[in-house]
Amino acid sequence: MRRALLTGNEAIAEGALVAGCNFYVGYPITPSSEIMHYMARELPKRGGIFFQAEDEIATINIAIGASWGGARVMTATSGPGFSLMQEGIGYAVMTETPLVVVNVMRAGPATGQATKPAQGDLMQARWGRHGDQVTPVLAPESPQECIELIIKAFAISEELRVPVIVLTDEFIAHMREVVEIPDRVEIPFRRRPRDSSETPFGSPDPRIAPPMPPLGEGYYVLVTGSTHNEQGYRDTRGFKTHFKLVKRLWNKIWLNIDKLFNYEAWGIEDLEIGFVSFGSTSRSVKKACKILRSKGIKAGYIRLKTLWPLKLKPLIELSERAKIVIVPELNLGQLIFDVERTIRNNVKVISYGKVGGGEPIYPSELVKLAIEVIEK
Amino acid sequence: MTNLSRCKIFVDINLCKGCGICIAMCPRKVLTMSSDISPRGFHYPILNGECIGCHICEFYCPDFAIRSVCGD
Amino acid sequence: MMLVDKHFSRKYLREETLPTLFCPGCFNGILINALSKAFEELGIEDLRRFVFVSGIGCSSWIPSPYIRADSLHTLHGRAIPVATGIKLAKPELEAVVIAGDGDLASIGLGHLIHAARRNIDIVTVLVNNYVYGMTRGQVSPTTPTELETPTTPYGAFEYPLDICKVIEATNANYVARWTIAHFTQLKDSIKDVFSRITRGFRFIEVIAPCTTYVSRRLGKTPADTIKDLLRESVMVNKAKSMKDKVIIGVFKFEDKPGYIELYRDYIKRAKLNKR
Repeated sequence: MRRALLTGNEAIAEGALVAGCNFYVGYPITPSSEIMHYMARELPKRGGIFFQAEDEIATINIAIGASWGGARVMTATSGPGFSLMQEGIGYAVMTETPLVVVNVMRAGPATGQATKPAQGDLMQARWGRHGDQVTPVLAPESPQECIELIIKAFAISEELRVPVIVLTDEFIAHMREVVEIPDRVEIPFRRRPRDSSETPFGSPDPRIAPPMPPLGEGYYVLVTGSTHNEQGYRDTRGFKTHFKLVKRLWNKIWLNIDKLFNYEAWGIEDLEIGFVSFGSTSRSVKKACKILRSKGIKAGYIRLKTLWPLKLKPLIELSERAKIVIVPELNLGQLIFDVERTIRNNVKVISYGKVGGGEPIYPSELVKLAIEVIEK
Repeated sequence: MTNLSRCKIFVDINLCKGCGICIAMCPRKVLTMSSDISPRGFHYPILNGECIGCHICEFYCPDFAIRSVCGD
Repeated sequence: MMLVDKHFSRKYLREETLPTLFCPGCFNGILINALSKAFEELGIEDLRRFVFVSGIGCSSWIPSPYIRADSLHTLHGRAIPVATGIKLAKPELEAVVIAGDGDLASIGLGHLIHAARRNIDIVTVLVNNYVYGMTRGQVSPTTPTELETPTTPYGAFEYPLDICKVIEATNANYVARWTIAHFTQLKDSIKDVFSRITRGFRFIEVIAPCTTYVSRRLGKTPADTIKDLLRESVMVNKAKSMKDKVIIGVFKFEDKPGYIELYRDYIKRAKLNKR
């Protein structure tokens, strides 16, 4: 274990290296470029591969090829690049290709405010691909958590043969904090077929990913983005093949929700006002809760570390215990939809969306809002 | 010198789609289209003359269906 | 004993996938024959050290599922970046891209040019059938003018792209164009990119007009088209003042270091660097 003073972007890169990332492909885009620069300096020295592609579409496809070539690969981008990568990410889901994609969120849509933080890509991270697909989405709140969750992202992607999205924002990317970096973490490589009875795209247990045959060893694997059967043969006509495949890919994530879903809860045993947040806004939420408690108002929060798949139970519990739930987010309202779904009683749910100019949601704003609502 | 009468033509009628390329490309014009149809519903080439074993029909068959085999 | 009782291509194909779904008379099968003959003459018994990467379109189905080898059937236009990733991660593999004009020279044109520019160590076979065949024959960047297609019902009018000329202008090592009618030369070209030059970007364009949406529309049989191609082609060295001919031949034959070698030198510099 060693300590360092790192920005969130640097922490992502360091965490990836600790996790065994040996291939980085990317395209410059604010505010993620520092991740790429870090990998450009470190990977060649360590015998890894660094590649700057001509655009984000090339980037995601190179990443897919590299993963099949046996590399542990990551890329990082922001909104516009993330949009370009959607088709590729969908291909990685369909072909069960391990991959880590970091989206350092900035204000959108389109070019937006390139240097300003936002949280407007939440729904896109979950649903950006066409068709039925599910990709795990993780959301750190600090440089330290960037290290922890990027390592977790690699572990999930190798074990479940799935692309994993890590959502940060410009606040986290550029804030500098002391972090503790583990020396080395052993993440098992995706497993290879034991024998010919194991198919590369089918699994008797839907929670377990099929083995991934390496290229160049005579497996003659058929990888395709078309609907395919367990052996990889394309079948674009039958109901059974398609339904079975997409259902298995869906279940592969949702049935593992206990392993995948993480959150932080504070003060929820006894509360009047609950907050639900993720990422950088959580830091303001924490401060606001402390201030409110000091004023005698029972405040607490749920902070999602995993944005997808989502377990509604903690949110339901929160809405059952609190009188008021406030959902602060740096967008016009996306996380709010999850919370509204969990309302079981007369709890008042308030969406507090704010975005633009890199203005954070200040703890004082949340305190003021909470007091106003309580007094009504 | 190849013994011309020992060159035979084999057609896999499960693969042939009756496209006619081999018949048109044969430099000796010794292939003709059958009158009956294969189980897949296509006419297929049959040898009607002496094959010299140039293998042009093999090279240009898009369905890997025809072979010219010469010698013992 | 090898499959002497079967056509020579079949030892490299997945038997269970035959007959192919290609139209009767489609020239994709002839390219498969050229590949097979090349492998056979190079003494390659099985394709385990190859990985084929294709995109979307009829010619992209050549390796997936018909060739018995590791293959990745990827997104439209993106075969070249996928092959690049594979080659960089596992350089001992021979990465071969097979895709069409509507794929590599249209949506994928940017990737094609950049990979050629970087002299990425892959072989690319571009099957030019002059249209978007799989989606019913719409105009593509290489469609000859005046051809009627569903999206140019009054005749194609855009200038078609001379792909080899574009690639020749980059740092690619090997650039060649043949037609499907030139079986022997095509086969020898394929042998060359796996034996005489084994590094850098090696590019072969294969003119193979779509039997259904080009030949048939013009009232021709596939055999007519083969004979037309033989008549209408001229070797590149003879082409100077000729118009209306398909220029074929090897446009470029250089053996410069490929991207992999350049990157390895870069890593050496990185390790010596004090930063």
